[in-house]
Amino acid sequence: MAEPGRGWRLAAPVLVLLAAILAWQALVTWRELPVWLVPSPAVVARTLVADRVLLLDSLGVTLGIALAALALAVVLGVATALLFVQSRWLEMSLFPYAVLLQVTPIVAIAPLVIIWVRDTRLALVLCATVVAIFPVIANTTLGLRSVDPGLLDLFRLSRASRWQQLWRLRAPSALPWFFGGLRIASGLALIGAVVAEFVAGTGGAGAGLAYQILLAGIQLNVPRLFAALVLITLAGVAMFAAVAWVSRIALRRWHESELERA
Amino acid sequence: MDARRRPRRQGAPLTQGGSAPPVLEARGVAKTFRTGTAALAGIDATVRAGEFVTLLGPSGCGKTTLLNLFAGLAAPSSGALRWWGEPAPPDDPARRFGYVFQAPTLMPWTTIASNVRLPLDLAHVPRPRADAAVAEALALVGLTGVDRHLPRELSGGMQMRASIARALVTAPSLLLMDEPFGALDEFTRERLDAELSELWRARGLTVVFVTHSIAEAVFLSTRILVMGARPGRLLADIPVAAPFPRDDDWRTSVAFAQLARRVASRVREAGAEAHG
Ligand SMILES: Nc1ncnc2c1ncn2[C@@H]1O[C@H](COP(=O)(O)OP(=O)(O)OP(=O)(O)O)[C@@H](O)[C@H]1O
Ligand SMILES: [Mg+2]
Repeated sequence: MAEPGRGWRLAAPVLVLLAAILAWQALVTWRELPVWLVPSPAVVARTLVADRVLLLDSLGVTLGIALAALALAVVLGVATALLFVQSRWLEMSLFPYAVLLQVTPIVAIAPLVIIWVRDTRLALVLCATVVAIFPVIANTTLGLRSVDPGLLDLFRLSRASRWQQLWRLRAPSALPWFFGGLRIASGLALIGAVVAEFVAGTGGAGAGLAYQILLAGIQLNVPRLFAALVLITLAGVAMFAAVAWVSRIALRRWHESELERA
Repeated sequence: MDARRRPRRQGAPLTQGGSAPPVLEARGVAKTFRTGTAALAGIDATVRAGEFVTLLGPSGCGKTTLLNLFAGLAAPSSGALRWWGEPAPPDDPARRFGYVFQAPTLMPWTTIASNVRLPLDLAHVPRPRADAAVAEALALVGLTGVDRHLPRELSGGMQMRASIARALVTAPSLLLMDEPFGALDEFTRERLDAELSELWRARGLTVVFVTHSIAEAVFLSTRILVMGARPGRLLADIPVAAPFPRDDDWRTSVAFAQLARRVASRVREAGAEAHG
């Protein structure tokens, strides 16, 4: 089968989306579904415009938390991975706790974090970081270890220092793995931010999208709930796309995963 | 390679045989891996300055293991090695010898020039001097105009040349080569063999070369060490007296065929012993 052209990479999913929206609109119109049960796409769009100040403010809050968490997860995750490759002992002793962090549901830890950390915004960032950090640690560690043994011998023959080996060999080798982890982490950071907001239930000026969804649910303001949902989804897709773009820029010249077909 | 354009020295081979100082020595060297595999046992060998010594033997007989011992990448389980008469590998191995791996082993994320420059960069050689050495090494292996290319943009044979250039960039006097042309087609291999032979002569290098190919060994070497398997050991030490430069006339000569047959029979014995 022929490779689909480059244009289709974007066009195909957009067409699917348009079809889905049309089907949704048709279903709502045809079955005359009440707006408090399933609002039509048109109503959701109208709500997005009408409530834009409130919703965009909240989007900003949630996105801010997710991005801060992603940044923190990258810094801490890469630092941890660098520590792990320095010593098998460190990795052996600490990796299980990284796993523990990963498997513990965030809803179970979030209340504690929120109690312990006075600043709510910071607490939310920490919770989202906990959710997002594992793929960064795991992938980067694996990447830093997945070095061509021949190149490793070459570095040893050249009496390369540990530092040279790390920066000239291990770090570039780990890059594709790191970006793989980052893609997963970008989605998780947003999920973490939303879940933590749900648990915290903070309203007022600094309310995020999760709080808007919570409130809209209670008030049976389903169109606004949908509008908030749409924004969260768009934010997630945008974060993923941004990471994918950076990864592409960094790897497209040499790595198999991003090679451009001539 | 560029070496071919220099005036050829006709006549006697460069090898100085018994008189030249030893570069590499192995005395009663054995290597047993942690898995219990006895890869080498009782290896006694001397490689003298200016020699082109080929290690020839069936797969798994320990050729790579021996080369790694010579490179100081592994330590023998027993026995002793000497480098230029010293009991320890040199402090600056990259300056003293170049190691060419079976695969090109280039860093895929960076250019050919910076791949070739790597040993100099690691030794903190100043950039202008390093760049000059890189240009010279690339010209020596006949790779020009691809400095800024990435490895994947080169053919397999060109990648192998880049790998050889990297081994030569520190101007070492000794080359350790582990089946460098094993993955190439016969046509390319024969051409690179001829170029390597010229390079060895022109630069007065000492080469330890690993191969599966009897024809390649007879074409290149001043001496062939036939190895047997399980445990790996030296079965025969066959000098190849034909003069240099060697070319297709040598490849098609009667003496070549006779020698190849003699080597082949020793290799077959080695194989039979390994399976018997
Ligand atoms: N790191 C290792 N650990 C355990 N056994 C090893 C290791 N490296 C090599 N061996 C074993 O030692 C023996 C010799 O291996 P070596 O790679 O030196 O063979 P070779 O002659 O280079 O073979 P080939 O021509 O196929 O490359 C083999 O039986 C191999 O299984
Ligand atoms: Mg081998």
